[in-house]
Amino acid sequence: MKMISRVMMLQAGCLVLQAACLAQAPAPPLAHAAPDRAAADAPRTLVPYFIPAGAQAATPDADGFIRRWMLLEPIVKPNRTSTVFTGSYVREALNTQYFPDQFTVVPHKSDKVTVAGQELAWHALDSNNFDVKLFRFAYGLNKTTYGVIFWAVTVVDSPRDIKNARLAVGSNSASMWWLNGDNVAGLFDDRRMVMDDVLSDRVRLKKGRNVLRGAVINGPGLSDFCVRFVDDNGNPIKGLTVTLQ
Amino acid sequence: MKVYSVAATVLALLPLAACSPAFAQLAGEPYIHDPSTVIQSEGKYYTFGTRGGGLISDDGYTWHAGAERPGGGVAPDVIKLGDRYYVAYAVGGGGMNGGHASNVKVMWNKTLDPKSPDFKFQDVGVVASSNGVEDCDAIDPAFLYAKGHLWLSYGTYFGFIRIVELDPKTGKRLVGNKPVDAAIDMEATDLMYRDGWYYLLGTHGTCCDGANSTYNIRVGRSRNPTGPYLDHMGIPLLKGGGKLVAGASNRHIGLGHFGLLDLGDDVQKFSMHYEADMDRDGRSVLDIRPLMWRDGWPVGGDHFEPGTYEIQSERSGGALELAVDFVRIETGRMRWGPPTGTVKPIANQTLDQDSAKWPAGIIPVDMNDYMVRPHQLWTITPVPDAGGYPGDPYFKITIAGTDRALAATANGDVQAVPSFSGAPEQLWRIDQLIDGTYRILPKATLNTGEPLALTAIGAGTPALIKFDPKSDRAKWNFRKP
Repeated sequence: MKMISRVMMLQAGCLVLQAACLAQAPAPPLAHAAPDRAAADAPRTLVPYFIPAGAQAATPDADGFIRRWMLLEPIVKPNRTSTVFTGSYVREALNTQYFPDQFTVVPHKSDKVTVAGQELAWHALDSNNFDVKLFRFAYGLNKTTYGVIFWAVTVVDSPRDIKNARLAVGSNSASMWWLNGDNVAGLFDDRRMVMDDVLSDRVRLKKGRNVLRGAVINGPGLSDFCVRFVDDNGNPIKGLTVTLQ
Repeated sequence: MKVYSVAATVLALLPLAACSPAFAQLAGEPYIHDPSTVIQSEGKYYTFGTRGGGLISDDGYTWHAGAERPGGGVAPDVIKLGDRYYVAYAVGGGGMNGGHASNVKVMWNKTLDPKSPDFKFQDVGVVASSNGVEDCDAIDPAFLYAKGHLWLSYGTYFGFIRIVELDPKTGKRLVGNKPVDAAIDMEATDLMYRDGWYYLLGTHGTCCDGANSTYNIRVGRSRNPTGPYLDHMGIPLLKGGGKLVAGASNRHIGLGHFGLLDLGDDVQKFSMHYEADMDRDGRSVLDIRPLMWRDGWPVGGDHFEPGTYEIQSERSGGALELAVDFVRIETGRMRWGPPTGTVKPIANQTLDQDSAKWPAGIIPVDMNDYMVRPHQLWTITPVPDAGGYPGDPYFKITIAGTDRALAATANGDVQAVPSFSGAPEQLWRIDQLIDGTYRILPKATLNTGEPLALTAIGAGTPALIKFDPKSDRAKWNFRKP
């Protein structure tokens, strides 16, 4: 997200303002620390951020955050900065058709789609944290981590008809969310993730199966999201279960 | 003709206004990025920045390059413990081409004055690090010494803000101490302790993008130094929470790198940089502004805004005024009930009406019920080249529309002299206190040799005595007329 690299920008800033920078004492180069080779070379995994989704239906965590998701490997969409993520840009970028049935499919584990000639797989995962760490998902799979779009799908089973629910989303960076096919939330601009950042209008959770779909776009920096359904008082709606079917 | 003159004057001033720093800025060349907490050493103020070096000021208002710090790296912090100034800074990290592998290093010096024979940094070594893969980027260190313990926060948007404990005697990491995750989506953190609460401050938003930087300063608090830190809505900083302390305003964009400057007597200020000072080429500059506290939360204040005000005593509610005869506004016989004819406004009393019988020489000053009269309206104006104090310049305080100036006397009284001369007894320091009220001190120390503050020693009588932050006698409010 915002970590467009302080180092890079400071260096770039001095280039842009070259005359002024030269007028001052020459700035020493910023030193880099050598990364831990053992850590950098260690086999990448999704541990400890994700585990494979269990066979049994899951429940949201104690705060109502939905942790079970089908996640599609990242679609490459280069952006050098997240400040380009205006509402117009994000709506266009995330309403673009990248793969068939993009806005209707409830994928199965290991299903594959092809985007711009690249085969991408769906992964059925349970997040070990309240937030779904998309950067770690991509990193753990040796996929592109910056300048990407992630698609996420889950199925929320409601024990009753709930008319005044709100979808509460935080995402890093921008994102859009669809419930049962309707776009219910959009988070635009250079966004950082904070729980309950954007709440949807009141939405209806049908008794039974409700399909929730999201897309998160990011430039440089980390990417993640957190999602829950809340009532009018901002409290998590209880009694929901989460499946991927 | 008059219209032309005014227009010509305005036009003549426009280029000057466009090129000169606006009022609400530090003087000198306060150009810096990622400034450390402002600290005093041997009578001068210091702050260090990214890459090395930093700024020095004699008075906290006018700043120049000249502070020296070896080691390069980014975003240092400094704290004085005993006879040592500990400096922490980060080498590496910052993301992208800097990677996320970084070391926080500490060194110390007995003085920050590079001209002192004692000026010699001693390396302590690495106290925290990130390996380039883990959920942390060990940059932006910040110290807190509280209750006998030395804490250090660090980190950026790549993963967690972490807190470790150092040995206050050596600056080294305590043996066996493990980092504790304290926040996410934050950087440029700082720690404070107050009234049993630990405060973790940091920036949200984007840095290093000039006028497009969205940096703003946020805070959470905890009863324990290692958290959990929650904001005022109860949202954990580990879930993205953070109460706003200060964000962009006026011509200043992208506030970051909070540092507490506690001047004592309930005067607290915070240092920070603006990613872009729009009056200074959009460059990153240092600033120092008042810090207030409301309901246990820090609130970033603003520079004192020049203008015309009622100066109201917190003690009595009375308005500071020239002690002159009250001049009635003649509105005819008092009439109650609804009007029978056209309703007409009544003009405020004019300066000419009020001042017709004012003495030509010195006029005493007192407090009285505020009646929106010219002898109660004071224009407060920064005085160029008169120096200042941390954050602001000295001001002159004159009766609006006149040059008649508030002045201290040698024996600790206040009066209004016929014209402003620029003498120290006519220059005033205005500090906003942590409760939002103000203290007012003359630059001159008078016969006592110590700073004195304008004080309501009686409900209607002002004088200059030693400032007592616990008494409303010494507190004032500036109210728009």
